[in-house]
Amino acid sequence: MTATQTREVLADTTPQRRSRYLLDREGVLGPLLLLPAVIYLLALVGLPLVTAILYSFTDITTGRPVLHYVGLDTFRAVVADPVFRTALRNTIVFTVISQVLVVVLATILAFALRADFRGKWIARFLILLPWATPIALGTIAWLWMLDSLFSPIDWVLAHIGLLPPDGHMYWLGKPDLAMASIIGVQVWRMLPLATVILLAGMTSIPQEVKEAAEIDGAGFWRRLFGIEIPLLLPITSVAVLFGVVFTFTDMTVVYVLTGGGPQNATQVLASWAFYQGINGGSLGQGAAVAVFMFPVLVGLAALILRLASRVEVS
Amino acid sequence: MAVVETRELRKVFSDTPAVDGIDLRTEEGEYLVLLGPSGCGKTTLLRMIAGLERPTAGQVLIGGEVVNDLPPRARRIAMVFQSYALYPHKTVRANIAFPLAARGVPKEEREEKIRWASALLEIEPLLGQKPRQLSGGERQRVALARALVRDPQVFLLDEPLSNLDAKLRALAREELKEFQRRVGTTTVYVTHDQVEAMGLGDRIAVLNKGKVQQLGTPWEIYHHPATTFVATFVGSPPMNLIERGDYVLGFRPEHFLPEDQVAERGGRMLLDLRVERVEYLGSDRFVYGTIPGVSGHDKVIARLPFTVTAKIDEGVVNRFAVASANLHHYSKDTGRRIESQPLAGAGREFRRPESPPSAQSAQPAGSAEPAGSTQPAGSVEPGSAAAPEAAGAASTPWESGT
Repeated sequence: MTATQTREVLADTTPQRRSRYLLDREGVLGPLLLLPAVIYLLALVGLPLVTAILYSFTDITTGRPVLHYVGLDTFRAVVADPVFRTALRNTIVFTVISQVLVVVLATILAFALRADFRGKWIARFLILLPWATPIALGTIAWLWMLDSLFSPIDWVLAHIGLLPPDGHMYWLGKPDLAMASIIGVQVWRMLPLATVILLAGMTSIPQEVKEAAEIDGAGFWRRLFGIEIPLLLPITSVAVLFGVVFTFTDMTVVYVLTGGGPQNATQVLASWAFYQGINGGSLGQGAAVAVFMFPVLVGLAALILRLASRVEVS
Repeated sequence: MAVVETRELRKVFSDTPAVDGIDLRTEEGEYLVLLGPSGCGKTTLLRMIAGLERPTAGQVLIGGEVVNDLPPRARRIAMVFQSYALYPHKTVRANIAFPLAARGVPKEEREEKIRWASALLEIEPLLGQKPRQLSGGERQRVALARALVRDPQVFLLDEPLSNLDAKLRALAREELKEFQRRVGTTTVYVTHDQVEAMGLGDRIAVLNKGKVQQLGTPWEIYHHPATTFVATFVGSPPMNLIERGDYVLGFRPEHFLPEDQVAERGGRMLLDLRVERVEYLGSDRFVYGTIPGVSGHDKVIARLPFTVTAKIDEGVVNRFAVASANLHHYSKDTGRRIESQPLAGAGREFRRPESPPSAQSAQPAGSAEPAGSTQPAGSVEPGSAAAPEAAGAASTPWESGT
């Protein structure tokens, strides 16, 4: 080795040279890349969450923005409110029924879309469309579809004789129909995501297992209910988890379609928290309603994740 | 039990033929192995027999009946997949019961069958477990049990040993053979592993590029490879091939020995081997080297058993020999075997063909050597009847003593 080379090798170990390779270290690069996401989460999720929990133990209103600790008084007041109980019941009904429908329909759709047929591309596109549409926009379209006087659904029903001419269903005007409408629109909205998750899950079922079932003499239904659907269960539970969390905390459909009406008959927890806290100005009560959902969701998520890990596909 | 037959079977995947006109017929209760490199069409062929793939043309017959239009479940076949394809969410018992339940077998009979199959394959202790709790070998046996309870006419096995480690594979191979002997069901077995093929098959069909290269017993495949492909695919290390004019000369490494190890009786071919590398593998010694060829040097391998103790040095030219009986002749153009015929009588006349001999022509092998070709590759010692007829006629490498 010549003298020059030796000097170069030595130079490589000087502090300045070493700092050039700082980003090569995972311990440095990793946190650096995570930082933007962490700041975002802390500012837009962490801070509001802490604020909401803080507010729920106070009687803060928009007119009196002082943090005055009142213990569980706010919660007691909220729970005593009959509208809250309606909202709680509605939220559960809304979530359970819409998710059951979504899972059943998404499974059927996913199996249908897996098959090869002409126009499959268009069918997939159309089914995914609701997911790509902004929620508010899609819901406004439904608002027109369900209009009390000009609903095209009523028009169709009248033409096929299920409604008298000029008869109206008043979809959003009667409590039960309004709830059904909200559930219907929510299903329409959530279906694409669940279908896509299930379609992706289907590719994880080994081809050989399906072929083995075919050779073993299983017909279509036995393959479907004996092999494919059980093997899809872990993925299905992930889809359900997403759906439940989205539906439980969602207020867009309710807000746009009925505004919680008629007479709070379609109020859900999220919309009630909004009306109480923002429209009504009772920040403390609104926060208490919102915080009420938190343990429920944590429990649900833990339960479903445990189920998913138990039904494991090896 | 039944005979599986394919007639002119073809399968084309977007213009590329995967299976290109295959005619095969198993014997009753036979163990037929489909052997070939990956992409040779062996699995596609098996899948067409199973009914998982529709043939582009040709027929599949099981038990004398054309089954082209029958779904897999109507063909009374059982298949063991490479991954075993056990149902991961079912217990071993439920896995074995699945084909029975699908056929609507009553519960008591089902239990009876499960007991019988699990006893035969010694998996009774595993019945309550899930597939993921089992080892590779156990999974394989469960897959076999699941196949067995259906009373299939034919077993189809698609590389069932490839997921096992080397030690287990040898054991499982033995078990598979033993198992098939006991149940006596016609079996078609796909593998790319020549050791499996040789060890398991009653007959082997060697496939390449969608065509059957040779169908024969393991002995025939090894000792009389029909094409240069079979010659080099079967055997490890592969057969040495050297070009000599219009034909290709082949000899197995274990037949390529130092001169003093090959008896002069019966004739032999001498070759000067420039040794490049020697590998000691315990029971064998592999000698890698080159011999002078048509264009430059041909690489060859010699495999010396440990009983041959001669000193072989790297970088030195040694005189090696191959007994004439162990030489194989192939057409250079078609790669097909030219049967070398023993010399019938000393005075027999022979033709020297102007054109390369075709596969069918049973020309004496040596006669393919065109006059005037000058390869000082080696020499043939005077020998008895087995010496290729070329001996007096061809210039070199044959040296005539008669």
